Amino acid sequence: MSNSHNHEMVIMAGQTDRHYWFDLWRYRELFYFLAWRDISVRYKQTVIGIGWSVIRPVLIMVVFTIVFGKLAKLPSDGVPYPILVFTAMLPWQFFSNAFTDAGNSLIGNTNMISKVYFPRLIIPTSAIIVSLVDFAISFLILIGLMFWYEFYPDWRMLTLPLFITYAFITVLGASVWIAALNVKYRDFRYIIPFVVQFGLYISPVGFSSNVVPEQWRLLYSINPMVGVIDGFRWAILGGTSQFYWPGFLLSLFLVLVILVTGIVYFRKTEKTFADVI
Amino acid sequence: MSTVISVENLSKKYIISHQKQERYTALRDVLANSARRFTHKLTHPFAAPENNPTHEEFWALKDVSFDIQQGDRLGIIGRNGAGKSTLLKILSRITEPTSGKASIKGRVASLLEVGTGFHPELTGRENIFLNGAILGMSKAEIKKKFDEIVAFAEVEKFLDTPVKRYSSGMYVRLAFAVAAHLEPEILIVDEVLAVGDVGFQNKCFKKMGEFEGRGATVLIVSHNISLITRLCNRGIILQSGSLDFDGPVLDAANRYSAITSESLRSYKIWAEHVAPGNETVRLLSIKAISEINDQGDFFDIRRPITIEFSYRVYQSSAALNSAFFLYNQDNIIVFISSGTHDPEWAGRKRQAGLYTSRCVIPGNFLAEGTYSIQAIINTVDNIKSPTVHVNEKNAIGFKIYDPLEGGSAREQHSGAYYGVVRPILVWNTAYGE
Repeated sequence: MSNSHNHEMVIMAGQTDRHYWFDLWRYRELFYFLAWRDISVRYKQTVIGIGWSVIRPVLIMVVFTIVFGKLAKLPSDGVPYPILVFTAMLPWQFFSNAFTDAGNSLIGNTNMISKVYFPRLIIPTSAIIVSLVDFAISFLILIGLMFWYEFYPDWRMLTLPLFITYAFITVLGASVWIAALNVKYRDFRYIIPFVVQFGLYISPVGFSSNVVPEQWRLLYSINPMVGVIDGFRWAILGGTSQFYWPGFLLSLFLVLVILVTGIVYFRKTEKTFADVI
Repeated sequence: MSTVISVENLSKKYIISHQKQERYTALRDVLANSARRFTHKLTHPFAAPENNPTHEEFWALKDVSFDIQQGDRLGIIGRNGAGKSTLLKILSRITEPTSGKASIKGRVASLLEVGTGFHPELTGRENIFLNGAILGMSKAEIKKKFDEIVAFAEVEKFLDTPVKRYSSGMYVRLAFAVAAHLEPEILIVDEVLAVGDVGFQNKCFKKMGEFEGRGATVLIVSHNISLITRLCNRGIILQSGSLDFDGPVLDAANRYSAITSESLRSYKIWAEHVAPGNETVRLLSIKAISEINDQGDFFDIRRPITIEFSYRVYQSSAALNSAFFLYNQDNIIVFISSGTHDPEWAGRKRQAGLYTSRCVIPGNFLAEGTYSIQAIINTVDNIKSPTVHVNEKNAIGFKIYDPLEGGSAREQHSGAYYGVVRPILVWNTAYGE
């Protein structure tokens, strides 16, 4: 039920709502329902349904393997090239899908925002959850690939949940910023596809980040997805992949900065969403 | 009685921009404007900051204060743009006030729209859960009330059909059913009761009655004044964002109909030189008077209403006759009544002078609604073409409401009630072969 505080609730200008995080917890079911709505709607009118989340990453993997592995003959650190690419495709697809959906999620739910109260943070977050479903499906493909190439991971695979969380935080920070900005400045609608397209080339998806010259490595790590992808490769590909700590820490730091500032900005503008959307 | 909502100097400002159609800002404009302002500052360092001519402040709500006691049913009345919806949005926490504050004690459910978040691709069943969650119900709560909701909406057979295949009536019923099963302490409703067919509306009214029975506090915004008078005990009028009136709902309704020019008053008085008529007779005033409410325009359905003509006759002439047509809100003539039934003056020649003719419409006769009167004074010298001296269409008007205190045809039944007239008729039943 809407506001089941027994104590008094005060509504006034510029007041930081003390109940916000409590409300967020209380509305957790709405969060599941919204994610579930988007998932079921997504597959209801498509013919091959879930197949789409298989076809896309597989095709990109094939193209990248041919272009970077066969034509450009980039090194693969002793890992079958398709697996090298696919390990990066996992977090990258997750990022690009989640970022696109979450970035547009607020303006896609205009109606709810202008008619009902709930912590708005639920909307972009649940949009990200939806992309986790695609992520899970892609992960099954990776397992299939690994069996095919008889490539087996070691104990580091157990750290993967940490990197998934890391990917989640990265995309959450970026999405919260974009979603909030998008409400006020619709220009960001056009920035989203640009970031996604551009990001695919400046992130080490089709190649290993070891091909980046040592002196540029730290600079390269300013792109937070470098840390995410390297982490995935480290956890899944095992011993053959090198872990570049300075870059990872820089990535981690930037990701946290983006997340914290994003949430602060979101919270600050949230109360005006209904007025400007 | 305790205060559950306390509103103090609540104000809300919107910035409206005049150039663009869109409500949102485009980044390019912001950049262009800041660049312009920056160069302006550089070139005129001591000039006062220019104010932006394309933007104008608009106070949707200005210094509104009132308290609501537990169990109050508050009707919020006002024209479009008076700030009603803004007030509800602030109280529902959808938007933030610019200044002032509101304190709320208790669980609030607000229903500003029926079916918020409904997705056309999802089935009825799925939408019940989704909509329930959006309105703030927990999954367990929805499960518990699921059957009740489905029965209320009368959509049992179509539960697993996507709602895009629903008729609009079914859609609205389902949406309202979910909302009707919230159990808040404070219910905020915006204009949503006007949905569905009459049978369904009756169910909604019954549901509202249950809220009342539980001692819930209700806030309703509606344009339908007769609905407000039926459901609420207190009314506030908002006018251009300010509180214009706060008091018993009937007084509020009366005042509102007085300030809205389109509605007719229950009396009209003319200065003699502009009074309708001719050299024979002029109508000086016409009034509708009810026993207990001779000022307002809202009459209790149980009380008789007197229609009073006051006119001056200038020349002794043929027999004069006052008459009126009573129209209801659908522009149907409910009846015509004429002074040809006046025992004393019917058919009698008049001397010059002032006359007052009265006609009494009995109580418990007209249905609830809005009425207008066409006033006529004529001379029936020739039955086929009487000479008409006065013919004032929409001379006066009044509204009839039922306070639901019993003693009327509808008794305690609060839902929609059919009929152009609403008499209490005599019934009796014989039993046996």
